[in-house]
Amino acid sequence: MSQKVLLNAKEVNIILHRLTCQLIENHNDFTNTVLIGIQPRGKYLANRIAQMLKTEYKIKNIQLGHLDITFFRDDFRRGEKPLEASTTDINFIIEHKKVVFIDDVLYTGRSIRAALTAIQSFGRPNEIELLTLIDRRFSRHLPIQPDYRGRQVDAINNEKVKVNWKENEGEDSVYLINN
Amino acid sequence: MSELSVNHLLGIKYLNQQDIQLIFETADHFKEVINRPIKKVPSLRDITIANLFFENSTRTKLSFELAEKRLSADVINFSASQSSVKKGETLIDTVNNILSMKVDMVVMRHPSPGAGVFLSKHIDASIINAGDGAHEHPTQALLDSYSIRERLGEVKGKNVVIVGDILHSRVALSNIFALQLQGANVMVCGPKTLIPKYIDKLGVKVETNLRQALNWCDVANVLRVQNERMEINYFPSTREYTQQFGINSALLDSLDKEITIMHPGPINRGVEITSDVADSEQAIILNQVENGVAIRMAVIYLLASKIKN
Repeated sequence: MSQKVLLNAKEVNIILHRLTCQLIENHNDFTNTVLIGIQPRGKYLANRIAQMLKTEYKIKNIQLGHLDITFFRDDFRRGEKPLEASTTDINFIIEHKKVVFIDDVLYTGRSIRAALTAIQSFGRPNEIELLTLIDRRFSRHLPIQPDYRGRQVDAINNEKVKVNWKENEGEDSVYLINN
Repeated sequence: MSELSVNHLLGIKYLNQQDIQLIFETADHFKEVINRPIKKVPSLRDITIANLFFENSTRTKLSFELAEKRLSADVINFSASQSSVKKGETLIDTVNNILSMKVDMVVMRHPSPGAGVFLSKHIDASIINAGDGAHEHPTQALLDSYSIRERLGEVKGKNVVIVGDILHSRVALSNIFALQLQGANVMVCGPKTLIPKYIDKLGVKVETNLRQALNWCDVANVLRVQNERMEINYFPSTREYTQQFGINSALLDSLDKEITIMHPGPINRGVEITSDVADSEQAIILNQVENGVAIRMAVIYLLASKIKN
């Protein structure tokens, strides 16, 4: 197994600032916008962006939730490993809101397809956007593209993109892992 | 997340502690789901489940059916009273006929103990025991423990007394197994005639004085007197039973602590428990019913994930 650094802590930080600014450009003061981190890994990115909006750009009233998509996935009983559920934590209604899905890596698009179904349980949003830190190009199984992307990566099938977060793995970094 | 160690839920005695933990953690997620504005997930849309009830049931049947529908499974219902069983068809024939219609899972209640185990040896579908005679009722025991965990934080180390008709109760046996697996201390309390001989061999305490039992416990799980299963008289009169083993607010108020009251239903108000106790804050009877749906969703989901395509 070999691994290559795609982004280091400084680069991750610059990208997070850019993504946050792009969000502000489209959503102004976020009164009608909710941020939804896709469990399990999108949670960290969503928390980070919400934190940055609050502390560095002084935007109050950020509504942040976490959405688990396990029970909405289309590969139930098809994989080798059983699916592991995480917590859904959305304590507001998203009816008429602008929703921003936040996930760390966009690969086949199937998780986002599941998230689009899962979010319907919380009402009918006005629109849904997608923000991802890493966009793996040319690997989509579904017609889904991000509205905000951190970095585009060309990775072939047996390669894996691993995003690490300071609060979880001890450092902010993105690796390309070749098995 | 690991998998269940079993392919069927025939009884608590076939489960281990990790299985119960896994079912509870999964039920936590489903409890959140059933409190959403839209209470449904599409996980089991390619699964068909048959509910075979060879014995009457309201709560369990509705709870299973709701759990199945919340998971988007296709459901067919069968009640023995309206079927060809009356014409003399055997259990295996009935079930095989239903399975030829491509059913993946069977939820069965049957008056004979061991009916589920017997069936599991003859058919391929996953089987969930929804009560077999006076033997086991595993989902009830799971939801009881889950409700204790919700109210008191954990089951381990808690003192639980099961009060009433232990002899005819499948809920009692499943509860004893489930509580002991999780490290709780179990006592049974009732008239001597309604406590099975040698039940102490299971490691449970036996008590015939209700006040002493209540003084000892953190939780009292009150069972109904199952008159329909009694061919002889086990106690002189209902009135006498109520005087000795009925739970009322005067008795509970005289204890020096507040205990949690549970009842698997149906309640005979005024017999084993008075109305004011059943409707009080101490009783978690309706929480048990709500948790029943979440627990059954978890069990069905986890067993369905073991059915291979």
